[in-house]
Amino acid sequence: MAEKILMKGSEAIAEAAIRNGCRYFFGYPITPQNEIPEYLAKRLPEVGGTFLQAESEVAAIYMVLGAGAAGARVMTSSSSPGISLKQEGISYMAGAEVPCVIVNIMRGGPGLGAIQGAQPDYWQATRGGGHGDYRLLVLAPATVQEAVNLTYEAFDLADKYRNPVMILGDGILAQIMEPVELPEENKEQPEKTWAVCENHNRPRNIVSSSYPQVDVLEQINLRLHKRYNEIKNNEVRWDSYLLDDAEYVIVAYGSAARIAKAAVKMARAEGIKAGLLRPVSVWPFPVKPFQDILPQVKAFLALEMCTGQMIDDVRLAIGNARPVHHYGRLGGVIPLPEEVLGKLKELVKEGK
Amino acid sequence: MNKIFSYPEALVDVPMHYCPGCTHGIIHRLVAEVIDEMGVMSKTIGVASVGCSCFNYDYFNFDMVATAHGRAPATATGVKRVHPNCLVFTYQGDGDLAAIGTAEIIHAAVRGEKISVIFVNNGIYGMTGGQMAPTTLPEMKATTSPYGRNTALTGYPIKMTEMLALQDGCVYAERTKISSVASINKTKKAIRKAFELQMAGKGFSVVEILSTCPTNWGIEPVEAIKWMENNLEAYYPVGVIKAPKEVE
Ligand SMILES: Cc1ncc(C[n+]2csc(CCOP(=O)(O)OP(=O)(O)O)c2C)c(N)n1
Ligand code: SF4
Ligand SMILES: [Mg+2]
Repeated sequence: MAEKILMKGSEAIAEAAIRNGCRYFFGYPITPQNEIPEYLAKRLPEVGGTFLQAESEVAAIYMVLGAGAAGARVMTSSSSPGISLKQEGISYMAGAEVPCVIVNIMRGGPGLGAIQGAQPDYWQATRGGGHGDYRLLVLAPATVQEAVNLTYEAFDLADKYRNPVMILGDGILAQIMEPVELPEENKEQPEKTWAVCENHNRPRNIVSSSYPQVDVLEQINLRLHKRYNEIKNNEVRWDSYLLDDAEYVIVAYGSAARIAKAAVKMARAEGIKAGLLRPVSVWPFPVKPFQDILPQVKAFLALEMCTGQMIDDVRLAIGNARPVHHYGRLGGVIPLPEEVLGKLKELVKEGK
Repeated sequence: MNKIFSYPEALVDVPMHYCPGCTHGIIHRLVAEVIDEMGVMSKTIGVASVGCSCFNYDYFNFDMVATAHGRAPATATGVKRVHPNCLVFTYQGDGDLAAIGTAEIIHAAVRGEKISVIFVNNGIYGMTGGQMAPTTLPEMKATTSPYGRNTALTGYPIKMTEMLALQDGCVYAERTKISSVASINKTKKAIRKAFELQMAGKGFSVVEILSTCPTNWGIEPVEAIKWMENNLEAYYPVGVIKAPKEVE
């Protein structure tokens, strides 16, 4: 087993990308994710890669489109306002079937908001964000180790499905330092026969999201839809804590799930049968585990660092079968486990 | 018997969608001929932008990426960084390059990005039906300047190629026109220079080509060429704006 080293979340994400063959990074500075581009500005030249600071997030995402269309493993990272600017390009990449990895280290909003970690971009990430009927595969790590593993895997998934993959983190994950085990360098990459490149003796390749004929575009939409369903079938990931006999289930992803876990421990100490269900892929959302545990559950509590977005997916997963409550702190304020415990006790007391 | 004239290999032999008298088709052919003559078709990658030329990936017989309105220089940057030995060019209209894509084109020049830009300036938004562009001339009528472009309200036409030439990373900038055999030949030479400088690794190159849009100008093709020379060219003088010593 490889040795564990202490790394900051953002730097670990950057290193994991390199370990899985990412050799191109295009981005624009924004807090709280600057350590990703800064790390890569140093590291990519060491491995023969290219780091380029773009003039804007808009330019950065189209550089990503160009490099991805050219067959490279490529990544960009940003935080909420910058991710908004990238949405048009993300839509073009979904349409042109260009794989890439996009890291969103969320911060408080709307507008310029604040630089502290928050979770207000769940809808943007899981509902498309840009225009057009597309989906992103969205993975939400809760620890630095998981950020490493998921970022590494994101490149394989992006290539496998020819679709952008988003790593949805927040300021806490990016800034925290934890011991991690880094994966071995992967030197094997899939062949991309569709990419633009020097071309001898093959028909020309066109990478485009433009389909001017409606019947053709309808077929493309159907084909993409089929692929999204494949992703739904294959790529659902989730984790749990003390869920087996839980009557009160906190649903939380990313950093919020760490707080939820602490609250579950405290609740158990007080005799409350609490548990945690943590979606790791937020698109596709893990629906089945909700249905599996439904008989034993009295209520769900969605813990999010926003006013309630993921809660929609919880409701979609269980319908009206059980009450679904919400607790969250906003704008970059981090909820304390004590607050969450307080909310849990309220639910128990009121028999909700 | 020696063949002395043929359809360019770098162009697919299909009918183009352009209006009668539109100069886009001629410019496509020039780009294709230069690529043939340089023998670089197998390592050419084009980037299509958004405008009337947005389907040019159907016409060029080499790898193409189609990108969003204004973003071709950024897209070409990504392509070129991955394939530095390829000939990478963008093909952009004036609305695409001089309005929505201003930041991307300037910064590609600033970086000395080793790409070439074919900039087709017809002083109007052709594809969307003839709206005013930043390049539209003072007093010129467009669907969104129905009384003629009012400079007090909308400012003055933008001289992009001069602005690009000011950047140290830009090694070659020339403005040409499509109006006669002579000017067409000049345009072809300019495209060749731009491509050659790119392949020599010198930096960013741009050829602005004054063109016609008879449909949205509302004049007959032959008249349109005269109008272009008398009006567009009067504002946007043709000639070499910047070139390395060895080329001048
Ligand atoms: C983001 C975005 N905004 C607007 C448009 C609509 N649009 C398509 S082409 C075009 C103008 C193209 O004009 P120009 O670049 O001058 O090319 P021409 O058609 O004249 O050759 C516009 C505004 C678009 N496709 N995307
Ligand atoms: S609208 Fe104008 S630019 Fe477009 S094809 Fe017709 S003539 Fe050419
Ligand atoms: Mg135009």
